[in-house]
Amino acid sequence: MANDTAKQLRNPLQKARGLGSAKHGAEHWWGQRLTSLALIPLTLWFVLGVIGHLGADHAAFQAWMRSPVTAAMMILTVAVTFHHAASGMQVVYEDYLHVEWQKLAADIVTKFLCYGLAAACIVSVLKLSFGA
Amino acid sequence: MAEFSLPANSKVGVGKTVNAAGGAKRTKTFKIYRWSPDDGQNPRVDTYVVDLDKFGPMVLDAIIYIKNELDSTLTFRRSCREGICGSCAMNIDGTNTLACLKAIEDVAGDVKIYPLPHLPVVKDLVPDVNHIYAQLASVKPWLQTQSPAPPDRERLQSPEDRARLDGLYECILCFCCSTSCPSYWWNGDRYLGPAVLLQAYRWIADSRDEMTGERLDNLEDPFRLYRCHTIMNCTQTCPKGLNPAKAIAEIKKLMVARR
Repeated sequence: MANDTAKQLRNPLQKARGLGSAKHGAEHWWGQRLTSLALIPLTLWFVLGVIGHLGADHAAFQAWMRSPVTAAMMILTVAVTFHHAASGMQVVYEDYLHVEWQKLAADIVTKFLCYGLAAACIVSVLKLSFGA
Repeated sequence: MAEFSLPANSKVGVGKTVNAAGGAKRTKTFKIYRWSPDDGQNPRVDTYVVDLDKFGPMVLDAIIYIKNELDSTLTFRRSCREGICGSCAMNIDGTNTLACLKAIEDVAGDVKIYPLPHLPVVKDLVPDVNHIYAQLASVKPWLQTQSPAPPDRERLQSPEDRARLDGLYECILCFCCSTSCPSYWWNGDRYLGPAVLLQAYRWIADSRDEMTGERLDNLEDPFRLYRCHTIMNCTQTCPKGLNPAKAIAEIKKLMVARR
């Protein structure tokens, strides 16, 4: 209550100016657009690739993954997808979570999860690609 | 989390009904949000059944009639009654608009009137717009220059440069757009909202202004600018037919261009 009263005594401009401009955000916004654009061909390639191997056995799939083009495309798909997901979820949290620690915790968990899964996927692709 | 239901003391109840349409040939029912800070009651919706032949064709004519003839406690802002002052912005038939520009005959069924959404209510249809005015002041909506004004004439502007302000200078600051924006509802404390961003761009686009970089610096912020997710409610609802979403997109383009 004391806090509310203190807020009411503030000049509206003090509240509107707040902590000032963060002077960033353009890179994040542009990064989201770039990754969206990249995901159009990458997702198409991924879906067509998987459909092309419907019913194939493990050996046939491994042979496909041994191609350097396939491995490169797969790594790109994984990296861009998880980067886009983490960055998009950050925006969702900023929109809807209004308790600072919740927003921070959700963002940290999401980023750790996304980049951890991306690393696991990339290692799997490399293992398949190099035939370990 | 974002709030999806009203707090208990904001739940809207059913108010009184005033039937003033005895012997009328053309009648219309107005359901109007009422709340007073003085009586400790929850908000309510009062119903007024009126004779359409007793006042003009616009929703503002109707609520002025109701205030003058049926219920003098009904509180709302109005001034010019011709769409240039922005005072009578309210939510009519589910859309933010100016009561003076909204024809009653364009509303099918009952005319439901609420204050602009998601702002603190001062009384009835009067919202508290102090914070939006402060946000407007924070973008310094006036000409700023480094070079002194010419001693013998105005600061000149070519017709082409002047034309770049069309679609921007017409904004009357009614805030229909900002209060229609879900991003502004959830994060209005920090997000500037479409009305203020359109004003910010109006000065960024002005060929005579010399503080473009500083203006962009002030806007480059995940909340001040980038809460806009091109939902487009602002453009859809603007009673002056302006396009705040395009102005915001132009600011975002300039942010990328100066990287």
